[in-house]
Amino acid sequence: MTGPRRTLYGAGILAICAWVLVPIYFIALGAFGGRGGAFAWPKTGLPTHLSLSAMQRFLEIDGVWSAALNSVIAAGLCMLLSIALGAPAGYALARFSFRGANLYRLMILMTRAFPLAILALPLTVSFIRIGLYDTPYGVALIHTALALPFAALITSSLFVGIPRELEEAAWIFGCTRWQAFRKIVLPLALPGIAATAIFAFVISWNEVFAASILTVRERTLTAYLLKILAESPLHYRFAGGLLLIVPSVIFIFAVRKYLFAMWGIANR
Amino acid sequence: MADIEIERVRKDFGAVRALDEITLHVADGEFVALLGPSGCGKTTLLRIIAGLESQSGGRIVIGGRDLSDVPTRNRRLAMVFQNYAVFPHMSVYENIAFGLRMQGADAARVEQRVKRAAGLLHIEMLLDRYPAKLSGGQRQRVAVARALAVEPPVLLMDEPLSNLDALLRLEMRADLKAILQEAGTTTIYVTHDQTEAMGLADRIAVMHGGRIVQFDAPMAVYSQPESTFVGGFVGSPPMNFIKVEVTGGAAKLGALSLPAPVASGRLLAGIRAEDFALVEREKGLPFNVLVVEPLGSHALMTGRVADQVIRVVAPPDTAHAAGTEIGLAPVLQRIVWMDAESGQALGRSS
Repeated sequence: MTGPRRTLYGAGILAICAWVLVPIYFIALGAFGGRGGAFAWPKTGLPTHLSLSAMQRFLEIDGVWSAALNSVIAAGLCMLLSIALGAPAGYALARFSFRGANLYRLMILMTRAFPLAILALPLTVSFIRIGLYDTPYGVALIHTALALPFAALITSSLFVGIPRELEEAAWIFGCTRWQAFRKIVLPLALPGIAATAIFAFVISWNEVFAASILTVRERTLTAYLLKILAESPLHYRFAGGLLLIVPSVIFIFAVRKYLFAMWGIANR
Repeated sequence: MADIEIERVRKDFGAVRALDEITLHVADGEFVALLGPSGCGKTTLLRIIAGLESQSGGRIVIGGRDLSDVPTRNRRLAMVFQNYAVFPHMSVYENIAFGLRMQGADAARVEQRVKRAAGLLHIEMLLDRYPAKLSGGQRQRVAVARALAVEPPVLLMDEPLSNLDALLRLEMRADLKAILQEAGTTTIYVTHDQTEAMGLADRIAVMHGGRIVQFDAPMAVYSQPESTFVGGFVGSPPMNFIKVEVTGGAAKLGALSLPAPVASGRLLAGIRAEDFALVEREKGLPFNVLVVEPLGSHALMTGRVADQVIRVVAPPDTAHAAGTEIGLAPVLQRIVWMDAESGQALGRSS
């Protein structure tokens, strides 16, 4: 790469990193800078009078831990259901040619275009009837509906990437369809499936609208924070925000290799 | 060991008939090549034998067992795929052992058979490696070893050498022939490369448009093609077809008058490029040399006979240059007479 192009390339990388990191940095600054740090103006951008007190106080707020548990239950279930339902759909899309396959693919995406706000009221009513209202399980179901299109489409492209001949070779050498899937396709698709699962987890973890509407007492962490932080001082809000960001970032960081592999960028 | 009987196998893809009532009998231990241009149905036929594709009609019988409704896994075949289909998440050892493990072989037997198959293909030193670390030729060997390790009665190969470079292909071809002769496995080998088919097969089934147009030993297919298609497809350069007019039972080729199998009419004289003697212009068929390609073992001359372009093989030290006109004298008993309309052979002029 020549000089000017190299500079441009570097600047681009820097800009993209800043785009993500600067807001996170300021949130962290607000969270650990205490009351003074959150309100100080003009911002120095430097970490002065650091303290863990806001974070500590925040974690002692009633209900934060049970809300976090609800979030984990909802996100965990969402992850399991998305893979259990999405991966077979993805496999079918990848391996079988059936009438309306393209339409089906489009319909999967279209479900994402349907506004959740319109669904919210009838859903609330039905959930109250079934007894799913105000439980993390109900939230998990809605989040699965949100994550499922991605799960189906991403796993479909994963399975497309595994040559059909590998499966055929397994059949030739004595495998049933299911054995061939378990011995050949699954091990090869596993990293990508894991990445898809994490993706579903993060979608659920970050979702706030449906979670706020479908719960009252058994709130997920995002919905709970939305409620209590509206009434809290600024530095508590920063502490709560940071706590929400961190798990997602850690997850994505942990599976970045698979995400890159999934999107066709060589991972080094 | 098993023979293969393919009876009136038909395959339709929607309105398109890919295979038209194919009947083929492969003897026990025989090596048969399915040869044809792409789209002739040879791979479809192979996949039907393997059970990867279902036939629209007809039967496949292997070793007396009707396999028409038997799923792939119970057909007890082995297959080598064009792109090798070596399992990337297993070591070479595990790849070769795969079929044996699926049969439930005990560890000692797996070990012994894997070692034997790896030895045949000269890949003993690669057993611990993963396919990602192998070259194309080595992967090819793993795929063949995996197929041979199960000691299958029938081995199917789908263009196994087409992804290798020329030199490797030559080497692998010779190795394959030696190995399969020793193993005595009944083999069906799909290829579009006529050199491969000629070199490897006991018999060649030439396919065209979903039919087998000729099924014979390689030299018979080469020198006695049953149609202009076979003559043109098998052999390099392809067979020459010279238009001749027959009157009174004699075909006139320049100064030559050859006995023809019909009394009168228009025929094609199918003559291989090497079946010409070079003579003086007045004593043979006038041949106007356009290009001379010295190819080492021989020289290939391209030129005109009347309004037709034909190719002639000449000795490597030939003195005839482009632009000269010489005479050709075809070897009479090697001419294949074809009907000018149908392109079908009429029988040999001897």
